[in-house]
Amino acid sequence: MLFFSFFKTLVDHEVTIELKNDLSIRGTLKSVDQFLNIKLDDIQVVDEVKYPHLSAVKNVFIRGSVVRYVHLPANAVDTALLEDATRREAAAQANKAK
Amino acid sequence: MDVPVLPEQLPPQVFTTGAQLLDLTDKKLVIVLRDGRKLIGTLRSYDQYANLVLQDTVERLYSQDLYADVPRGCYIVRGENVLLLGEIDLDKEDDLPLKQATVDEIYDAQRLESANKKQKEKKKARKLHGLGFEAENELVL
Repeated sequence: MLFFSFFKTLVDHEVTIELKNDLSIRGTLKSVDQFLNIKLDDIQVVDEVKYPHLSAVKNVFIRGSVVRYVHLPANAVDTALLEDATRREAAAQANKAK
Repeated sequence: MDVPVLPEQLPPQVFTTGAQLLDLTDKKLVIVLRDGRKLIGTLRSYDQYANLVLQDTVERLYSQDLYADVPRGCYIVRGENVLLLGEIDLDKEDDLPLKQATVDEIYDAQRLESANKKQKEKKKARKLHGLGFEAENELVL
């Protein structure tokens, strides 16, 4: 659930999603769920001429299973905090296993 | 260190697939499938896997600046095949820089496009072969 929580902290930030079919979409992160399905607002396709089917589209729902990368704004990510949260989750898992 | 927390007033059910798709229901959407097909229709129902029910669906074919619509009817799409759903802006939709064509015209254009691509790939493979690179699973003649 760590990445779900992490993505929730990024709501309203501008992100670029690269899909497994090489399509890249830039937009404002509006919502995310436990499958890491993502909803973007005010979208812009990075290579618009190549993908004309999205030029009249304003917001999209992207299925989590088809995402390759999410490019994040660097200043919105606290890597130290993320590392800490990872350790804490790992510790909690280890405790549960005992 | 400050831990970023979400505003308290947002309950966790805001972040479910259902909540995300709820405001797309009964709207005109474009659905892109894993095999590259684009369906345009009205979303009538869905579940947590993004299985979808679409009404009055047309399949839109593209080739460069041409498009054509093929009427398809009602669809249940299995979620695993869905790439994305996009809500169509009805105002923007009318001034697209695309021209409508017949299905046959699109097929012809697509055939031409893929033939050109094949030729280009062949040329590239031949050049690479000359440099000592062998294309995978392909014989350069």
